[in-house]
Amino acid sequence: MEHSSLAGLIFRGVALTLIVLFFMFPIVWIFMMSFQNNDQILRIPPRILFEPTLSNYKALISGQLHTAAGNLQITFMRNLFNSVVLSSAAVALALLLGVPAAYAFARFKFRLGETIAFTLLSFRFAPPLLVLLPLSLYYQELGLNDTYFGIVWVYQLIALPLILWIVRGYFEDISPDIEHAYRLAGHSWWEAFTRIAVPLAGPGIAAAGLLSFIFCWNNFVFALILASADKQPVTVGALAFVTASGIQYGQIAAAIVLSVTPTLLLALYAQRYLVEGLSLGAVKG
Amino acid sequence: MDMLELRGIDKVYHSRGKPPVQAVCALDMVVEKGEIVALLGSSGCGKTSTLRMIAGFEDVSAGSIALHGRQIHELPPARRKVAMAFEGYSLYPPLTVRENIAFALKSTQLSRADASRRVDEIARLIEIDDILDSYPRAISGGQQQRVSLARALVRDADLYLLDEPMGQLEPQLRAVLRGRIKSLLAERGMTAIFVTHDQTEASALADRIAVMEGGLLQQFASEKELKNRPANLFVASFIGEPPMNLLDADVIRSDGGFRLSIGSGMTFDIGASALSREAARTLGETTKVRIGIRPQKVAVGTGNVPVKVVSNQWLGDQSHVAGDCGGRMLIAVTQGRVAARPGEMVPFALEPRHFHLFGVDGTCIRHAEVS
Repeated sequence: MEHSSLAGLIFRGVALTLIVLFFMFPIVWIFMMSFQNNDQILRIPPRILFEPTLSNYKALISGQLHTAAGNLQITFMRNLFNSVVLSSAAVALALLLGVPAAYAFARFKFRLGETIAFTLLSFRFAPPLLVLLPLSLYYQELGLNDTYFGIVWVYQLIALPLILWIVRGYFEDISPDIEHAYRLAGHSWWEAFTRIAVPLAGPGIAAAGLLSFIFCWNNFVFALILASADKQPVTVGALAFVTASGIQYGQIAAAIVLSVTPTLLLALYAQRYLVEGLSLGAVKG
Repeated sequence: MDMLELRGIDKVYHSRGKPPVQAVCALDMVVEKGEIVALLGSSGCGKTSTLRMIAGFEDVSAGSIALHGRQIHELPPARRKVAMAFEGYSLYPPLTVRENIAFALKSTQLSRADASRRVDEIARLIEIDDILDSYPRAISGGQQQRVSLARALVRDADLYLLDEPMGQLEPQLRAVLRGRIKSLLAERGMTAIFVTHDQTEASALADRIAVMEGGLLQQFASEKELKNRPANLFVASFIGEPPMNLLDADVIRSDGGFRLSIGSGMTFDIGASALSREAARTLGETTKVRIGIRPQKVAVGTGNVPVKVVSNQWLGDQSHVAGDCGGRMLIAVTQGRVAARPGEMVPFALEPRHFHLFGVDGTCIRHAEVS
């Protein structure tokens, strides 16, 4: 720091602490809730110190929910598995389609090119509810309702535009002459794309993939309408904890902790790429 | 033997909502084996477009390109047997300098030891042997440019295309490298075309220079011929430093020749014997010409053209004297110092035998006599 005085340092410290507290509080609170039973959670005033219990996690993992009204079967682990499968497949498909498309948009000027690229981006703007009703009718006609493929397909609305626009910015940053030099040395267009352009845009592709994975993972409405219990991801599965005998806050918290952990770990691991990907790819005009 | 043959090359760029741009127009050019050719011209004259069409990154809109007897204008770049050094260097960022250069040899059948020997050899020649293990982002622009040059020259190709190969280098290094590259190309009989806007570089490196302007090839000849026998007014005023003096003159028929009047009562007589029959006929049909005279051919201190000195610069080995002659600027270059201050009147000598004459449309009517 160039202009650091003692007062400045203290102010920075206090400000940072406040921000961290503000943003971390819900996460920490939920983490604590996940080790309490409903009575402890609903106690007024709430207490910081409590006797931790693993019963919430046990219930989730075993699939047996004990409530005042009796035992309930829940499919949380199945939901978690669905989330992993759906998000990974959606991102894989979006990368497969989006990266070559981004390359085409970055390298070649063709008729309606900008219009198509912008139309794809506009899918991100459209409220999902707007398309859901007609979509669910079509899905029923086509037999795509309640299939993994159907949900992966609809997730392209989330993942594809994101990947396309971030990766396109990355490709535009790479001088086409680097690929030209490679092609002159006796390699085909395809080799230049796979061996030069894609590796050079690697960080951007990773960032875009990661971001769209998180967005897919967090999606709620598409799967709520288009899938039934055995295909639903965790976001929808959490609804099962709203039971006849009350809301199971402890299990909800544990479910949140379990479902957030994979994406959180992934995001922490790839933090650098994420920031770089967003600031380099998306902002560049 | 002809190495490269460009026939009727057109390049038209179409962009939406704008009129098409003709970058290159009806270009014919034949480059012989082992020849070094410079494409010289100002920005946007079509020289880089021409280079990129030969490399295959731009389609030709019309015409054909033959290299070593093969029609190449429809082949992909990989199959043209052409090497190129790019203006923007275009090194592979994740590879070291050594790997970047060796990369160009990967698709050949060379053994590892042979490839490595060739990399070392070219690196020494271009003075980058001390940075072979650095990464492109860690070296300066001039070094990157030399790496890019090395990567092109290390290959075995029928033709070497160099786009502004020395634009980023310091003047001393540029002079040294020019000599080395020229002898390397000559020694191995390599055919090369390079793009430049630097006349000194073009004359120092090239056997022949193609002067381009507005997408048209103006003249394709040796440096000496461009200087002594410029094909038109553009080449005459573009080639040479400082540029050729140009004066508008009225043509008056006189006994046994022509009298050129540049106004203020100053006239020059050209005898018919000093003109070819063709030139005499053209002059007879016209009333206005432009006189071109090289500053090196203007003598200072004698003669009958009074000039008011505007500036007088001693450049260490020659003087540039600029003067105002009835509203027109004349520049003279002399070998020694000239004792003339700005504002003084000094006579300049313009001798008709040093005159190039151009028609109003820029075509050349007569070249100066070579002394």
